[in-house]
Amino acid sequence: MSALIDSWPALLAGLGTTVLVLVTSAVGALVLGVLVTVARVSPVPVLRAAAFGYVQVLVNVPLLALLLLAVFALPDAGLIAPLTVTAIIVLTVYEAAYVAEALRSGINTVPRGQVEASRALGFTLAQTLRLVVVPQAARAVVQPLGNVLIALLMNTALAATVGVVELTSAVNKVNLVQAQPIPIFGAAGLVYMALALVIGLGAGRIEKKVAIRR
Amino acid sequence: MSVAPGSAIPMVSLRSVDKHFGDLHVLRSVDLDVAAGEVVVVIGPSGSGKSTLCRTINRLEPIDSGQVLVDGVPVPAEGAALARLRADVGMVFQSFDLFAHKTVLDNLCLAPVMVRGTPRAQARREALELLERVGIADKAGHFPAQLSGGQQQRAAIARALAMRPKVMLFDEPTSALDPEMVAEVLAVMTSLAEDGMTMVVVTHEMGFARRAADRVVFMDAGAIVEVAPPEEFFAGGGSARTRSFLSAVLSH
Repeated sequence: MSALIDSWPALLAGLGTTVLVLVTSAVGALVLGVLVTVARVSPVPVLRAAAFGYVQVLVNVPLLALLLLAVFALPDAGLIAPLTVTAIIVLTVYEAAYVAEALRSGINTVPRGQVEASRALGFTLAQTLRLVVVPQAARAVVQPLGNVLIALLMNTALAATVGVVELTSAVNKVNLVQAQPIPIFGAAGLVYMALALVIGLGAGRIEKKVAIRR
Repeated sequence: MSVAPGSAIPMVSLRSVDKHFGDLHVLRSVDLDVAAGEVVVVIGPSGSGKSTLCRTINRLEPIDSGQVLVDGVPVPAEGAALARLRADVGMVFQSFDLFAHKTVLDNLCLAPVMVRGTPRAQARREALELLERVGIADKAGHFPAQLSGGQQQRAAIARALAMRPKVMLFDEPTSALDPEMVAEVLAVMTSLAEDGMTMVVVTHEMGFARRAADRVVFMDAGAIVEVAPPEEFFAGGGSARTRSFLSAVLSH
């Protein structure tokens, strides 16, 4: 226990970095994921193909490979950014593909008949999406998006491998000095669980709030 | 029920309409005129193309060749012009397809407000009148999933009527309903027919065809085999194909 108390400033700084990376890349991934989904359901074949390619590439490449590529290859190409910023960008781009998949599954839950009914009433495609599809798809994706965010939280730990001193990296450093792996890593695990619980409970609350009465 | 006098232009007109689904020739050179105020009931075996015919009228199914006109105007291929035409053509589907996230009242108000620009208060008032007319005014604040199938279908009919359509299309409106709910939906449709609405009804309900149709259209294998007033049609004087269909459906 004393190991944790002695090193609390370093641990707190690590936790802060984890939360910073989590929040910024979550926001980024949600925005980018929505754009990819819009492209994916658009009537423009080129956009649809590009969005499909984006998702396929990113869900089929390990995140660690992408992080290493960004940290080592980008400076080689003349693009130099701080490590934390690089990690945030990679996580954003990577998780956006999963956000897009979750959103697409939500759109697929809206019965095709309702789309036909709204076209038959004289709605344009844009109105059909805005008034009928998106409001229902959004309700269906609350929990899946919560799961994507929890996965994102776990994935922030990979940033440790490319030199970002977030929570996992910070506890690792503390352990190298104190050599008390069980309390140190155990505490870190509890912190991750607590953060995941907050996301999961939040998603559950939102889902319940927006549920359609039946 | 009778054809309005002096209406030279048919409300709906299909002229040598052809359509394929891949190798399947679903509509074979179909010609059909529906006069204003007329009720045309389309019957035929499954896969005869009767639903497809109905869906070509508002271009939910595009056609390969031929022409579809509504109130004398060719149905536009796409875009805003097609949306405008669809606003004038009401449609009722087999699976009701009410908007699940909206109350019944909002289901009725959405299109008049968003497509026609009707003021919300007026749309609400008219919607409540329509719900009264189809007998579910007490369900205005309910969500579709809280209604029975028959109530949902009556709400769907009211939703289509809220746009004040020139013509109403019914694509097997009672096929997904329990038998005891079929009657309540058919009653609404019959009263609509009596009020002079132009209707194209695809159905298996022979009783409705007898009672409400001005003409019965019998389709088989993508072609119109026979068009006749119901008393003549059900008398069994038609083609051999018609007679064998009728003996199959009327025997039970």
